[in-house]
Amino acid sequence: MVGRVEAPALEVVGLGKSFGSVRAVDDLSFRVEPGRVTGFLGSNGSGKTTTLRMLLGLVRPTDGRALVGGHAYAEHPVPGALVGAALEATGFHPGRTGAAHLAAYAPQVGVGRERCREVLDQVGLTAAADRKVGGYSLGMRQRLGLATALLADPPALVLDEPANGLDPEGIVWLRGFLRHLAAQGRTVLVSSHVLGEVQHTVDDVVVIARGRLVHASSLSELAAMAGARTYVETPAPGRLAELCAERGWACTPTGAGHEVPDVPAAEVGAAAYAAGLELHQLATRGADLEDVFLRLTGAVA
Amino acid sequence: MSRFTAALAAEWRKLTSTALWWVLALGMAAYLAFVGAAMAFSLTVAPEGFAPPLGGLDAALTVYGVLNAVGYVFPLVVGTLLVTTEVRHKTLTQTLLAEPRRGVVLGAKLVLAAGIGLLYGVAGVVGLVAAGAPVLSAVGDGAFLDDPEVVRALLLGVLVTGLWAVLGTGFGAVVPQQVAAVVAILAFTQFVEPIARLALGAVDGLSVVSAYLPGAAADAVVGASLFSQMGDVDLLPAWGGALVLLGYAAALTLAGRLATFARDVV
Repeated sequence: MVGRVEAPALEVVGLGKSFGSVRAVDDLSFRVEPGRVTGFLGSNGSGKTTTLRMLLGLVRPTDGRALVGGHAYAEHPVPGALVGAALEATGFHPGRTGAAHLAAYAPQVGVGRERCREVLDQVGLTAAADRKVGGYSLGMRQRLGLATALLADPPALVLDEPANGLDPEGIVWLRGFLRHLAAQGRTVLVSSHVLGEVQHTVDDVVVIARGRLVHASSLSELAAMAGARTYVETPAPGRLAELCAERGWACTPTGAGHEVPDVPAAEVGAAAYAAGLELHQLATRGADLEDVFLRLTGAVA
Repeated sequence: MSRFTAALAAEWRKLTSTALWWVLALGMAAYLAFVGAAMAFSLTVAPEGFAPPLGGLDAALTVYGVLNAVGYVFPLVVGTLLVTTEVRHKTLTQTLLAEPRRGVVLGAKLVLAAGIGLLYGVAGVVGLVAAGAPVLSAVGDGAFLDDPEVVRALLLGVLVTGLWAVLGTGFGAVVPQQVAAVVAILAFTQFVEPIARLALGAVDGLSVVSAYLPGAAADAVVGASLFSQMGDVDLLPAWGGALVLLGYAAALTLAGRLATFARDVV
């Protein structure tokens, strides 16, 4: 458990937002638990950032509620110390140094300048602390955003696309860092438009498309949904097709053989044996999470 | 630290961590030094056989009066920038994450504006006196720096500079786009209001209205200005002028709170 404050759950209930005639978020409900890293996934423009901004009191919901530990963000006495947030498109004044940027927000979360140095060190920006942000790379800005979120050592973190602009080394570092924060009992919500980016980081996934919830579960349940495909090679493809038709299985030619989706290899093998069908290969092909993600978000039919 | 003082400390650190505030303060001091010296020369030096346009205390008061007459663009701009830089560089998101009560954020900006405006007033006085006083005493009838009327005019000049900065913050809350806000300020102060004052002053019955223009209200506070010397315009009493300026600041701030500061921050 993290020190003094119990990590709050984040909760969105029947949340909706219209910008004019555009329905950006629609009847969205999900819950983010402490002690886990939750991936908030959806393609660009699916409503992720709007949802996060409603959760943090920056955008007023048209319908429903977005709660931090059971209350609206703004109702907490020191909200910035409860939830550390790094949102996409949050700016930095180019003429301000990294250290001065943090120092500007330190009084409101009740920390001193030493803590600013500490978080800069934590995100690997010590050497650039006294340089103006105008000269920072995208990756350095991401790190400064993360440092800002960490300033108060908050029990909950909301990070919008934190991997954007990080080099591969930075992404590996971020992965370990987020896992570490969740292991301390903190609530960690990370948005991304690429499942692969957070696949090795998250425990839970919330997937939205066109502002609506399409899936919420643990990552392992999502993986199970990917289903197994069975790959079959036979010298008598005609008889295989007949067999599949008989059983009501799909059967798609691929390479030198065929694929039977959503049917375990054992079942296909047993059926072939019973029908006296000669098989040269019978194999399970791995679940492809990215495929499931794309299917859920409607990127592929 | 209370919520408000924390917000005020944050605003102070934001303003002072970039170069702009002292560049503008220096600019104001230098500009007033130049105008003050030029004015002192033009009032006290006359061709052979002619009397100088003004002499004695009047010359001194007119020279020191340029603090308000030409210096007020600087506090207006710095007050406006307290809001517009946050919008321009998208730091408003982080500011509102730290303090979601937008009234507190705006209130802290207004208080900081008042303080920084007074500081600009002092910078202006320093520039003005440093360049104007030596000229007045060398070629005119004296600097009159120990005259109570001069001291009063300078102190009120500092006060009115503070009020201009507060008004600027209110204006920034209404027009948060930085370039638009600065252009509007320059256009209004250098063009619209001077013409309006002359035009309104020329029409019987409307000169009363011109006393309520912000520049005229500021002149009323200070009690000396180019305009009030040039035309016989009725000015409000000093306290009335201050109230009018505060009224503008309050109205603009309220409008900004209901418009810009009520909007979704995306």
